[in-house]
Amino acid sequence: MKNKKMFFMIPYLLWIILFVILPILLILWYSFTDSSNTFTLKNYVEFFRNGTFLKMMLNSFWYAFLITFLTLIISYPAAYFLTKMKNQQLWLLLIILPTWINLLLKAYAFIGILGNDGLVNKFLRLFGIGPVNILFTDFAFIFVATYIEIPFMILPIFNAIKEINPAVIQASEDLGASKWQTFRYVLWPLSRPGVESGVQAIFIPSLSLFMLTRLIGGNRVITLGTAIEEYFMTTMNWNMGATIGVVLIVLMVIVMLITSRKARRKKVDL
Amino acid sequence: MKKVIAAITAILIACAGLWGLAHHLEKSATGGNKQSLIIYNWGDYLDPQLIKKFEKQTGYHVVYETFDSNEAMYTKIKQGGTAYDVTIPSEYMVTKMRKAHLLDRLDQRQIPNMKYIGKSFLHKSFDQNNDYSVPYFWGTLGIVYNDKFIKKGSIKTWNDLWRKKYRHQILLVDSARDAMGMALVSLGYSMNTSSSIKLHLAQTKLNSLGPNIKAIISDEMKMYLVQNEAAIGVTWSGEAHEMMEQNPHLHYVVPKQGSNLWFDNFVIPKTVQNKKAALKFINFMLEPKNAAQNAEYVGYATPNIAAQKLLPKKVSDNRQFYPAQSTLKNLQVFKDLGPKKMQEYNDLFLEFKMYAR
Repeated sequence: MKNKKMFFMIPYLLWIILFVILPILLILWYSFTDSSNTFTLKNYVEFFRNGTFLKMMLNSFWYAFLITFLTLIISYPAAYFLTKMKNQQLWLLLIILPTWINLLLKAYAFIGILGNDGLVNKFLRLFGIGPVNILFTDFAFIFVATYIEIPFMILPIFNAIKEINPAVIQASEDLGASKWQTFRYVLWPLSRPGVESGVQAIFIPSLSLFMLTRLIGGNRVITLGTAIEEYFMTTMNWNMGATIGVVLIVLMVIVMLITSRKARRKKVDL
Repeated sequence: MKKVIAAITAILIACAGLWGLAHHLEKSATGGNKQSLIIYNWGDYLDPQLIKKFEKQTGYHVVYETFDSNEAMYTKIKQGGTAYDVTIPSEYMVTKMRKAHLLDRLDQRQIPNMKYIGKSFLHKSFDQNNDYSVPYFWGTLGIVYNDKFIKKGSIKTWNDLWRKKYRHQILLVDSARDAMGMALVSLGYSMNTSSSIKLHLAQTKLNSLGPNIKAIISDEMKMYLVQNEAAIGVTWSGEAHEMMEQNPHLHYVVPKQGSNLWFDNFVIPKTVQNKKAALKFINFMLEPKNAAQNAEYVGYATPNIAAQKLLPKKVSDNRQFYPAQSTLKNLQVFKDLGPKKMQEYNDLFLEFKMYAR
């Protein structure tokens, strides 16, 4: 029986080794070598001494934070009211529906909407406001990124809130807690696992949103993803590119650790 | 369970069948047939009528495959999976492929039609004696503007782009070498400058263009300029030609101070199987009548002087794509500066993208 189990593990193990472990090892290898394949720490020294990379790292962090924050602010109330709705399945479907459309297609649609002759500017023109430069701005980038990420935040929060026993909320109200107190001390802590998985699902990919910085941000928004592309594709300096990749992986691990540590503490709180 | 197994088996059989079919098709297309010629070219960069004509004249069977970037082509040639006989890299890629020993020497006696190529297009730094390459088309880096927003003729030099009134109007090509080169020329330096001080000066100059720049993009620029989304674009003549066909308000200027002169060139890669046919094909394409027909189809500028004479006056006198001699002599071909300098160019450009707002 045990042998049989092992047998069915093989495809999964192969997958993990070939597509997860080996690539990470390769990136690490490249980041610790130079073009003549000798061991060096030069790439890392360069990364942390060069102000441009640090600024880029901060940029990536800042944009990812803004996107996650805005998504959370929009998604939490949405998810909450969704649990109170009648046709929940239909509403959920409507929220998930946009994720079925290819990301590139959505980006191109936004180019049409935000452009000089786009819907937004046509609307503004009705009020006599001349064409406003929207495309290729920080605002456009964050707006589109937030739009794309919202379903991934709503779903886990919705599930978390739905799992809360309504009796708990009622009890809190019966015992004289105000609406705010009920939210702060009952609803929020109980729904936090959902918020945390939502934040992880959005913050981490947002750190290296590359296609959007180019299409919607017009390369006026530069994150670490842009630098990685340059080092791998244009100058073919894979070693430095891999170094940036490693830094990005480490950043992501840190974010994971921070969010899951909170989750553990929460259990103690209860 | 039985149903599932049956379904999986059916899918597997279908996959195997399709794979076999694909394999068969590929084999019949690229097999080591001595009578076929495999051309590896940019998409839509050769008049298909000419391929038919060549097949009829010589009896060779032509297989035409396409790529979309020099780098993609380089990788495929290096792997050597398919026996490409002729390919068409840009000039810097010719140098790179030569250094990587991926090119075969051309026997110039077999290409007598070389004599039709203008002298100013031969013996360039990327291939001193044209031992490895024959120019196919050439072009420039320049400024496209829309006369709906900008008075006709008001942009003539690179420095005009720095005018305050063009705030948020310019689309800049996303290429370190071209953008930095533009700044270098505007300061009066060479596009092949390797002095770090001059490069930093160029970056400073580029930074001061920041407020005027709307976006730094490459492929999408065509769409934006055609749709009147931006007034000015800095891009290559080939791209400009395509835009102008779709929007008559667009105009293309090559600044007199100088600019980049680029070449796409016939080469025979190391993967060659049918060298005789390859040489015959290159010679066939240099035939003035054929070169002229091809230039009309593709729309780029041909280095073939005899063919230029056969082109309609409207085309060959178009100073936008066949610049006057006075401009032509100021154009510079990119030299291969080596990976270290290229990294410096790209790092400076990346910094500019980061900080210039």
